[in-house]
Amino acid sequence: MKNIEYLIGNDNINVKPLQTFSPEACSFLNELSSVILKSPAARQYPDLSAVAFWCRKANIDKKKSIVNDYSCRLGRGLCFHIAPSNIPVNFAFSFFFSLLSGNANIVRIPSKEFEQVSVLISFIKDVLEKYPAIKERTAFVKYERDNEISESFSMIADARMIWGGDKTIEIMRNLKTKPRCIDITFADRYSICIIDAEKVLSLDDVKLKRLSENFYNDTFLMDQNACSSPQMIYWVNDNEQGRRIFWNAVEKTVKNKYHLQDAVCVDKYTKACEDSIKSGDIIDKIMYDDNYLYRCEIKEIIPNVENLRGKCGYFYEYSLNGFNNLFDVVDSKYQTITYFGIDPEKLLQAVVENKLVGIDRIVPIGKAMDIDAIWDGHNLVAELSRFINIE
Amino acid sequence: MNLEKFHEIEPYGLSKTEKEKIFFDEMLALTEYHASKCNEYNNILCKLGIDINSIKNIEEIPYIPVRLFKMFDLKSITAEEIFKTMTSSGTTGQSVSKIFLSKENTLNQTKTLTHIISSFIGKQRLPLLLLDTEMVKKDRSMFSARGAGIIGFTTFGRNITYALDENMQLDINKVEQFLAEHNDETILMFGYTYMIWQFVVKELEKQNKHFNIKNGILFHIGGWKKLKAEAIDTISYNKRIQCVLGNVHVYNYYGMAEQLGSVFVECEHGHMHCSNYSDIIIRKPQDFSVCPTGERGLIQLLSVLPSSYPGHSILTEDEGIVLGEDDCPCGRKGKYFKILGRIKNAEIRGCSDTYEKH
Repeated sequence: MKNIEYLIGNDNINVKPLQTFSPEACSFLNELSSVILKSPAARQYPDLSAVAFWCRKANIDKKKSIVNDYSCRLGRGLCFHIAPSNIPVNFAFSFFFSLLSGNANIVRIPSKEFEQVSVLISFIKDVLEKYPAIKERTAFVKYERDNEISESFSMIADARMIWGGDKTIEIMRNLKTKPRCIDITFADRYSICIIDAEKVLSLDDVKLKRLSENFYNDTFLMDQNACSSPQMIYWVNDNEQGRRIFWNAVEKTVKNKYHLQDAVCVDKYTKACEDSIKSGDIIDKIMYDDNYLYRCEIKEIIPNVENLRGKCGYFYEYSLNGFNNLFDVVDSKYQTITYFGIDPEKLLQAVVENKLVGIDRIVPIGKAMDIDAIWDGHNLVAELSRFINIE
Repeated sequence: MNLEKFHEIEPYGLSKTEKEKIFFDEMLALTEYHASKCNEYNNILCKLGIDINSIKNIEEIPYIPVRLFKMFDLKSITAEEIFKTMTSSGTTGQSVSKIFLSKENTLNQTKTLTHIISSFIGKQRLPLLLLDTEMVKKDRSMFSARGAGIIGFTTFGRNITYALDENMQLDINKVEQFLAEHNDETILMFGYTYMIWQFVVKELEKQNKHFNIKNGILFHIGGWKKLKAEAIDTISYNKRIQCVLGNVHVYNYYGMAEQLGSVFVECEHGHMHCSNYSDIIIRKPQDFSVCPTGERGLIQLLSVLPSSYPGHSILTEDEGIVLGEDDCPCGRKGKYFKILGRIKNAEIRGCSDTYEKH
């Protein structure tokens, strides 16, 4: 077909499923892991080594427990992936989850160039040579946004993984698909962070520094522009000194690591002025010492408070008096809660008891970006495979 | 606001110490005034924790990002007091600034522009050749900054002639006739930087045509982005204008639709100058602290003119350098500076917009 570049594979793809957690797929991933870890690129790109660690045999073996009786499962057939463009290596995770389910895969690689993406693709290509059963079931493609091409892939797909938010989903849903094709869509989401301020007070310098670095990785590392990056910080056992210690530590880490672009400085200041005008009734004050970190203190949380969103280190804060106050505003947009100093079991219990329509993940600060086979409320390996029932 | 004291003195006559007090007093008064009249402006000051009473010097005068005029209708007058609404000539597809002018504000803009420009060309009206089309004036559907600039400039001229026809074609016969009529006089010209380049200079070069103006003055305003892409700088721009037009003094000037009137004119030494009506502060992007002379940073512009909208102190998205104050070899007092152009757009990481179009 016109204008499609095949980085891996060709238009003659074998769409016959494999078993879920097939031995070929598992050893392919394990070998890929060691190839990546042996390369100098793994040291250069932390996201590449994260991919390698995920693919290790020990980790894959652990993942087997997330589907019940995988020996009764096969892949659905062919899975077509519209991969996310700005988080470089996530296309690979999307591919891995579906591969483990037992599917053949066509992965659309975003056109934005990343060094680690080309490195990773060349590793995958090399390792595939030893695994013909997977090789003939794999194609990585690149093409400019073109609905005709996307539709031609959609029409042969048994499953589609659609990343990239509401707009992409809308476009893809308008394309023709097979009647039994299933879509797993990753819509625009919203995430928050809950911190116990008193527990911050008890941290020694080393632990405080680690906490601030973990927070940095959840937020600044992706310009706070990922669905699982927290926008709002909820403080429990609120304490002025605890807050100050936390933000001072964050600021120190940010100044050490973050490249603050000039235009971002103007954007954040403009956002602060915009918020003052538009949301003056719920924002108490906006604090900033410089343009690295902006904090908007919220007076009261109201429905749709998730419309307040910052980027590149622009946070909203609220002093929370009991979870119920928060649960009143949680809607289906809420994805991740990152936490520090609170009991996640209790939080989970509260989410379930209150029958909330949102919140899919409760993870410690630092793990917001850790993508895994259970993501966005989906058990991806289970949903991308077919369970054969016998009685 | 009574600006008589500014209109009475030489526009480039005040030295740092002379200007400091009257300029600061005016700025502080404007800040207080807009805070009391414009809710949106007052909200910004409140939420950002800016206390007007604690402002001690010009650098502490708050500034609002110029983009806000595109996002909100910011005005310090009632609907009945709006004399005209001006829009910036934004590039196609972009949102435009909306500036609400009272009669008083408009009058002060005209007075100020006259005061500044006549210090370069003298007080007499000169034969004026506008290097633009008359259509910008006729098309009243949108009162754009481009049209306003043209109309504003007509005050300095007589026998006003438009060099371009409605299709932006240079009307050579008309220009030749105009020049013949005013053979021995000083010719005043005005236009927009890129349009002059595109529709006058390049056209004349293409036709291998030269006018022989004996004594001309050209004022031009506008962005340099497209010219930079063609690798044209001020010196080559001026040279090629002189090649096709003759002995012409070229003055570039810089101004924002948000602060029309108090323009910054480039002197014979290639320096942009603040007049008594305006000031510039260069700020470090990271913390908005003030850059010392000679250091590049974001441009903040201050003007005593905006009285009907809170545009007296704005943070632009342009970069520049203050080169000095009161000591330009041209003799004009006040700060002089250089503009480096727009800052680079932010590149944001993150997971949105995957099915992208590049």
